[in-house]
Amino acid sequence: MRKTWWKIVCIILLIYTVVGGFLFSVPAREILHETIRNLYFHVCMWMAMMVLFTTSVIYAIRYLRSQNLKDDIYSVNFAKVGIVFGVLGYATGTVWASYTWTEYATSTQIFKEPKLLGAAIALLVYFAYLVLRGSITDVDKKAKVSAVYSIFAYIMLFPSIWILPRLLESLHPGKEGNPALNFNDLDGRLRIVFYPAIIGWTLLGVWITSLKIRLDLLKNKNILHG
Amino acid sequence: MLLEIRQQYTFFGILLYVASTIFVLYMSMGQPEPAVWNGLFWMIQLFICVNAVAKSFLAESKGRILYFYSIAGSVDFILAKLLFNVLFMSIMSIISWILFIVLLGNPVNYAGRFLGINLLGGISLSLVFTFLSAIAARAQQNAVLMVIMGFPVIIPQLMLLMRISNVVFSDVLQGGLWEIVLLLTGLDMLVIILAVILFPFLWKD
Repeated sequence: MRKTWWKIVCIILLIYTVVGGFLFSVPAREILHETIRNLYFHVCMWMAMMVLFTTSVIYAIRYLRSQNLKDDIYSVNFAKVGIVFGVLGYATGTVWASYTWTEYATSTQIFKEPKLLGAAIALLVYFAYLVLRGSITDVDKKAKVSAVYSIFAYIMLFPSIWILPRLLESLHPGKEGNPALNFNDLDGRLRIVFYPAIIGWTLLGVWITSLKIRLDLLKNKNILHG
Repeated sequence: MLLEIRQQYTFFGILLYVASTIFVLYMSMGQPEPAVWNGLFWMIQLFICVNAVAKSFLAESKGRILYFYSIAGSVDFILAKLLFNVLFMSIMSIISWILFIVLLGNPVNYAGRFLGINLLGGISLSLVFTFLSAIAARAQQNAVLMVIMGFPVIIPQLMLLMRISNVVFSDVLQGGLWEIVLLLTGLDMLVIILAVILFPFLWKD
């Protein structure tokens, strides 16, 4: 019971997010209208992804310091679930864009959209991480090389999703700082669902990861304990 | 250390490669528009880099790596490699620019500025590929891996480079040039720092 409280919190928050997200009143905005409810899903996915990738890179650094294979398993699973959240963030973003941008932007404008490209590149870098892991057979070498690469990949996230899109013209909001955290931009009615939603989705990500880690630890039991 | 690395390179092989590629381009394109010229130029740079710099770790034999391991520390080794590749790529960018001028015409209005951008681009590409090739050398099928790992990282860099090199074709000076130059330089510094910190882990084998 001691360790399960956060799972219960996660479930309650997510139920609240879905129910509140679809039923509570939202401010009426130009172009966005009711699609603003996607804020509770789309933005939260990216936030959860960042948290998972950050945890992954922390474990990668720990692995390089300790050479303990457990840290490698933690690191790779956080990265994998982070990728899933990234793909979901992309998917929810596509849905959102198809209801809003298509009203006034041409398709070439959308394809050249720097934020989309940046996010696609970030995900490709992480896919390359999985390919890299797949191509090395030796366990220790795999762990070492992929830890090095995952630090590199994490650093590459910053130019591709944080810095570069801020410099270029974009249809996507958020050129001047993070729009979701900007207090003037975000109505109180949105905030009471949005903040719990971030926590809920992140906890869900951590939960999935912890299950995957436990499975992997069991699979590799004979390697881990000599 | 540096001299040693310098000797083993087939400098003229790459030179021939550059010249023949640009000649083929000339045969097929003639004198292209500035925008096309720009795109072609950076593509050629990219392929020179993949062919020359990316090989720097992959081409080494096991015995030679062991030899380097015995005479030099890992940080010295990676710095030497980076420095050599940066020099190599700068020379290559200048040579390919000259060839472009001779064969494909010269739409550049501000030569000095383009030279700077050119060198910056060459340096950025070579740094990233040197580091990635050090990683890929540890894995099997490394040529394929090199491409898979390299291209997502290189795409934003190339996008930025093409953007700033568009400046030299028009007479109007666009804003944001220095921002991008700073960003690219920052990225380069980042790669150097990462390489120095992380390479020792790859080296111990």
